[in-house]
Amino acid sequence: MQNILELKNVSYSYHSLHGETKALKNISFDVKEGEFIAIVGPSGCGKSTLLSIISGQLRQEQGDIIMRNPDGSDSAPRIGYMLQKDHLFEWRSVYRNVILGLELHHMLTSDKLSYVERLLTEYGLSQFRDKRPSELSGGMKQRAALIRTLALEPQILLLDEPFSALDYQTRLMVSADICHLIRTAGKTMIIITHDLAEAICLADRIIILSGRPAVVKNELPVKLTLQDDSLLAARNAPEFQNLFNQLWEELTHA
Amino acid sequence: MPKNKYSVLSLQESFMIQHKRHHHLITFCRFFLFLIFLSIWELSAAFGWIDYFFFSSPCRVIMCFVNQIKTNDLILHIGITLLETMISFILVLIISILIATLLWYSQITSEIAEPYLVILNSLPKSALAPLFIVWLGSGMTTIIVAGLSVAVFGSCISLYAGFQHVDSDKITLIYTLGGKKQDAFLKVVLPGSLPILLSTAKVNIGLALVGVIIGEFLAARRGLGYLIIYGSQVFRLDMVITSIIILCIIALFFYQGIQLLEHKIKKKYRL
Repeated sequence: MQNILELKNVSYSYHSLHGETKALKNISFDVKEGEFIAIVGPSGCGKSTLLSIISGQLRQEQGDIIMRNPDGSDSAPRIGYMLQKDHLFEWRSVYRNVILGLELHHMLTSDKLSYVERLLTEYGLSQFRDKRPSELSGGMKQRAALIRTLALEPQILLLDEPFSALDYQTRLMVSADICHLIRTAGKTMIIITHDLAEAICLADRIIILSGRPAVVKNELPVKLTLQDDSLLAARNAPEFQNLFNQLWEELTHA
Repeated sequence: MPKNKYSVLSLQESFMIQHKRHHHLITFCRFFLFLIFLSIWELSAAFGWIDYFFFSSPCRVIMCFVNQIKTNDLILHIGITLLETMISFILVLIISILIATLLWYSQITSEIAEPYLVILNSLPKSALAPLFIVWLGSGMTTIIVAGLSVAVFGSCISLYAGFQHVDSDKITLIYTLGGKKQDAFLKVVLPGSLPILLSTAKVNIGLALVGVIIGEFLAARRGLGYLIIYGSQVFRLDMVITSIIILCIIALFFYQGIQLLEHKIKKKYRL
């Protein structure tokens, strides 16, 4: 697999009247097509800034970001971004929420809409299409938010602690569920999390950032031997504890 | 459900009854208070505790009302005041939405405009009315502008504040989905500010009425404000008090109207 995304010495600072705050310093890493990357680091270290730069919301002050479209064309790969909360609009029905992206791009064509329709059925939301977001459970809201992102058919998905608003039990189920869906769809994913166990369970590779200004401290490949495909299989894998301890060491020892 | 002679009602049923009882009590007390007020007023005039020439009495008000309708086109005066208030209310809404939108779009404009808006908002608008008469003559335009001037600045300020209070993460969402600033406005800011818009409307209909009456005091030949001033000048205080009571009723109906509209809109969008 070739690299879909390469970051080379990316740096970024925030500026205010009180001075300059360095957020990112010489961040470099590669992401292969179809790979699941988790980014962990102390809170406030600039993880979200990094995603904002990759998604193009912010522009890096130094360094380069090289993207290759997996379909071989010269255009940049399409990037989908999921925020911490679902941010479904209460004044729209579930259906009108999930087609919001298509609406903004004026792409409400019949094949795009039938794709949305397929996703709704696949993710078990089709009978809730005319409901208001507040009538959905936390997990279903998160799924609706995912469909809203997937409707634009992104090739890279950026997830900024997308499960942090959920309670623990729901979070376990929804995170496994959503990541399974994204993996089946064959997308590349970069997820920010502060939950080390979640990072081990979901990612192929974990990138550990230091405190501010963030530098890449280490990269940890994750290889788990799974006994079955249950929800807790990854947590029961023999390698889990060792990886967890390694991550803990990296994060706690400056 | 266990039913014996002590618990015939379920807890939910007794809650509903309590709730209804509470509402009936409130409604009853409101009417009772009104009735007491009317009786004391009528009786004090009848027994000569107050001079009915200055304070009138409920019966006199009714007589005056009927009389005015017959001889003085009271309905026309009421209609004119209503029309002027509605026009200036609608203009206030349109203008303040446009200005608040402009301020939201342009950070620089809002920073520049802020002190001007604050000054214009705190200025007693009745001070401007004489100027309007000189500039616009004594007609309906002057009165509508007077109504407008009372409400429009505060309305701009509160709408703009409402626009700014919309969850910035929801705006970020629009940008992550590839939307532009105008999408953020149309899809998030405007629908998200609907409750603020409705509460601003509720305040503004009252303010527009205040402005229109000020205008009519100074520059009208028709309308309730004119009747009040005219009545006080010729010492027909029945006429003044009747007009004031009609104003109370108009204010009540305006408020109820907007309340109803608010209820309907909130139900439709399930806010």
